[in-house]
Amino acid sequence: MISPQHQPPSNVIELRLPSKAEWVGVARLAIAGIASRLDFGIEDIEDLKLAVAEAYTNCIQHAADDGEVRILCGIDPDKLTVTVTDDGKGFRGQGTDPRLADEPQERGLGVFLIRTLMDDVSYDVDPRRGTRLTMTKHLRPLTQDR
Amino acid sequence: MDITVDVKELPGKNGVRVVDLNGEIDVYTSPRVKETIGELIDQGHYDLIINLENVRYIDSTGLGVLIGGLKRVREHSGTVSLVCTNPQIKKIFDITGLVKIFGIYDSEASAGAAL
Repeated sequence: MISPQHQPPSNVIELRLPSKAEWVGVARLAIAGIASRLDFGIEDIEDLKLAVAEAYTNCIQHAADDGEVRILCGIDPDKLTVTVTDDGKGFRGQGTDPRLADEPQERGLGVFLIRTLMDDVSYDVDPRRGTRLTMTKHLRPLTQDR
Repeated sequence: MDITVDVKELPGKNGVRVVDLNGEIDVYTSPRVKETIGELIDQGHYDLIINLENVRYIDSTGLGVLIGGLKRVREHSGTVSLVCTNPQIKKIFDITGLVKIFGIYDSEASAGAAL
């Protein structure tokens, strides 16, 4: 029996885009449209756009040039779960808190932003299959500053 | 989903260059910003004001370009100041702690006055 926490999402939207920088903006527009349709607030939509774009950027930087990035949006009444998968070589999603660094760092900010902006984040790394990042944003009640 | 990059001299501040950005800064567009900042530093301009007033979106690659520019001008005792009032953009600088690294101002004039 599937527990309520692990039920599959009610609806799923899948995007398959080239692993190229010029397509990241398209992913941002798509996730903004989906989140808007689900009645997320403006700030949460901006968080989702940035988190998905950062995940996409990581895929581009670690996957083959001719590869693709798969973005799976699991839609539930109370949350949006986005899974970003590439065929890269085991990017582990490590990133340190830039606020703790002695010197500002040019790299590693993307992972920190994803972990900060999304409610739940997990990585599944398989050198043969690539990296799968799953991140969830919960729909906040209207009373919570939306 | 594009960026325009314009460079001008700040009136009354000889040598200070303003990089006026308009659009979105991401992995696709940030190389253009990096190139412009790099050229200005190569030309000896070590006090830069980056105007983000018309930037609708910035991600970690854009932040990385700004940090890289800051590191280069610091080698010459220079500065990189930002003009930004967009709450969504300021939020990114807040949560990454970069508000403590960059001077962030409401206008080019106030950024210039602080130099």
